[in-house]
Amino acid sequence: MNEIVPVVEMTDIAIGFPGVKALDGVDFRLFQGEVHSLMGENGAGKSTLIKALTGVYTIDSGAITVLGEPQRFSTPGESQAAGISTVYQEVNLCPNLTVEENVLLGREPRRRGSIDWKDVRSRTREVLAELQLDHIDPGSLLSTHSIAVQQLIAIARSVEINAKVLILDEPTSSLDADEVNQLFRVIRDLRDRGVAILFVSHFLEQVYEISDRMTVLRNGKLVGEYLTRDLSRMSLISKMIGKDMEALAELDQAPARTRAGSGAGATPFIEAQGLGRKGSVSNVDLAIYPGEVVGLAGLLGAGRTEIARLFFGADKADEGSIKVKGASQKIRSPRAAIDKRIGFCSEDRKEEGLIGDLTVRDNLVLAMQASKGWARRIPRRVQDELVAEYIEALDIRPANPDALIRNLSGGNQQKVLLARWLVTHPELLILDEPTRGIDIGAKTQIQKLVNKLAADGMSILFISSELEEVLRVSDRVAVIKDRAMVAEINNDGVSVEDVMTVIAGGAQ
Amino acid sequence: MKSLLKHRLAWPVIALAALLLLNQIFRPDFLGLRMQDGHLYGSLIDIMRNGAPTILIALGMTLVIATRGIDLSVGAVVAIAGAASCAYIAASPDPGSPVTAATAVLIAVVAGLALGVWNGFLVSTIGVQPIIATLVLMTAGRGVAQLITGGQIISVSNDHYKSIGAGYLFTLPISILITAAVFALAAVLTRRTALGTLIEAVGINPVASRLAGLRARNIIWIVYIFSAVCAAIAGLMISSNVTAADANNAGLYIEMDAILAVVIGGTSLAGGRYTLVGTVVGAFIIQTLTTTVYTLGIPPEVTLVFKALVVITVCLLQAPKARNLLNRLKAAPKPAAKEAAKEKVAI
Repeated sequence: MNEIVPVVEMTDIAIGFPGVKALDGVDFRLFQGEVHSLMGENGAGKSTLIKALTGVYTIDSGAITVLGEPQRFSTPGESQAAGISTVYQEVNLCPNLTVEENVLLGREPRRRGSIDWKDVRSRTREVLAELQLDHIDPGSLLSTHSIAVQQLIAIARSVEINAKVLILDEPTSSLDADEVNQLFRVIRDLRDRGVAILFVSHFLEQVYEISDRMTVLRNGKLVGEYLTRDLSRMSLISKMIGKDMEALAELDQAPARTRAGSGAGATPFIEAQGLGRKGSVSNVDLAIYPGEVVGLAGLLGAGRTEIARLFFGADKADEGSIKVKGASQKIRSPRAAIDKRIGFCSEDRKEEGLIGDLTVRDNLVLAMQASKGWARRIPRRVQDELVAEYIEALDIRPANPDALIRNLSGGNQQKVLLARWLVTHPELLILDEPTRGIDIGAKTQIQKLVNKLAADGMSILFISSELEEVLRVSDRVAVIKDRAMVAEINNDGVSVEDVMTVIAGGAQ
Repeated sequence: MKSLLKHRLAWPVIALAALLLLNQIFRPDFLGLRMQDGHLYGSLIDIMRNGAPTILIALGMTLVIATRGIDLSVGAVVAIAGAASCAYIAASPDPGSPVTAATAVLIAVVAGLALGVWNGFLVSTIGVQPIIATLVLMTAGRGVAQLITGGQIISVSNDHYKSIGAGYLFTLPISILITAAVFALAAVLTRRTALGTLIEAVGINPVASRLAGLRARNIIWIVYIFSAVCAAIAGLMISSNVTAADANNAGLYIEMDAILAVVIGGTSLAGGRYTLVGTVVGAFIIQTLTTTVYTLGIPPEVTLVFKALVVITVCLLQAPKARNLLNRLKAAPKPAAKEAAKEKVAI
């Protein structure tokens, strides 16, 4: 034991997709008994590196060594067989099976040809006890547990497999503080038992709390490997974005815009009264004036997205009324909303936003083309001008209109979707989690864009799980709780705590 | 060469060329064309003429499949169109006149239009799954055709009508010219307007398309109508070629050939990106196969197996897994060449 050999060693890894070079000469090593964070902006190559290690992608060049054995993974199965186990943000277990069935899926102990359920139960109990998760009933259905517990069960599964390497990809993105603590306790426990843990998260504080070492990537290239204690937060961020603190400083100054007047006598662009839909949300009274940013605050699942969908006609309201520019209107479909100059960026980019197999150009002009109808094609020259303009204005990378949008990183995809609406010049833009899962640079750009659009007279409905962000960009904040609107707060120096109090206390 | 091989049409075109070459080897005059009585003759012309109905139907099918749909009713539409036009000609007071022939054509096309509207209505408005919705017409349609013909094979004698499937114009069979015209129309309709992109958008992600304000209902209606009209024209060709309407056998199993042509051509049954040129190549492959079977003198009992083998090979060559495998095999001895190819892609 004089020289410590890494459990995983990846050298000079390169992976390319048509139009994009995702990884280029990246080295990465992971030691036994450490928590190692992979850091970088969206599109830096984090997911690609993980997928290379888990066998989802085959590397174009470079070498992977696991436990001293050279490996060339071409399927996830091969990677798992080598002792690498992954827990994804969206848990990849079977919700319709029980906890014990999930833990031992595919490796059920057998007795005389049939599954030995007694052994299944005891082995599951054992591994849950090891992780101090005794309170979970092995016989209960997985779907009856929260996402947090499901993740812990996924980890229990990898412990049962006796995995040498555990990859946690954004495990905390839908957990609350207590759940994160419980997860971290389990992670530390595993680390102390010698498991090598690769941790990926967008939450800087969590990264600093849990990890011993980090590797920073930028634009598919390696920036460096550092011990967490040697790297300050500021220098980490500057390494991630590859420039100095300008962008960060600007982020703090974002709310410099003077608040738009929603003064008496002005007509709101849109006004909902008692708006609701059975089984979805009820009793929404909300007015948005031209040039105003209204934030929706509330917990995940409180009904924020549902309200946005009613405004956009994606779901039909069955109670209450909507006025657009003072005139009563029925918004029965997205198309009807678009005709009234409303745009909507869904929180679910992949399922509800992107047309993955089409190019950036086609995606960008889609809403505009749809409202013109199929017969009146936007001339290629006009398309090119629009696309070039927005690629530059929003700093979309790669700046290639013919790249397939599914090959872009999350942040750049989001920018294309924003541009899709901006070219239609909407008067109300509904942004549902526009900055979720994207890096800090793109986040700043989008927040600044929101400010600028409002200053130009656009009404904006801004939804985000991050209260700080809602408060930073909004003139007014509507608080949503338990599928109803409970309060409306003017944002004049309101703090996150104030909003939390309202959410906790209900209508004031 | 490498980049040519990567083109989505590479394998279908290679397969077609290989089949033609095989025929040429066994019959040295195969690729030859000759002029006779001002008409162009030759095996290639035969392949195109015999394949014309399949190509037509496959073109319509391509757009339907691109929207994640499928149209099983095309064979029945072929039968109805043929039955309607022949029944009209047979019952008309002047069965030989050009006006009668033109009216018969009009009747068939309008019938196709109406049937397309019906399919489109079931799929887009009622929301029936395409395979079920068109299955309705696939089975019921033959019954409708039988009602029209009264259960008989109706023979007609109208030279103008006969020329649709058997006539010549500018030295070429009219059926080939019609097919070429429909292909050109479809290409212009989908690529000069935004229809092609919108069809693909609906096929790739219907939810996102709706949220972007696309009227998917109209798009879906258009493709089913186009498909049925194509089938109706094919029905005219088939009945005119034999100057008779056979409600039972006209266009029997043609939907299978059409779907196969689309798949061989490289359009995925999962919807989304499509290629009309690929479909035409696919239809040629199927028709050439039939010809090859005769050229090689393959006994009838193994004909279907032979066809199946070729089709499976072409489909496998297009599967991403097989392509990766091939690429790896090719790249293994010359890693430098692969690097160079990569560089180009990365830009």
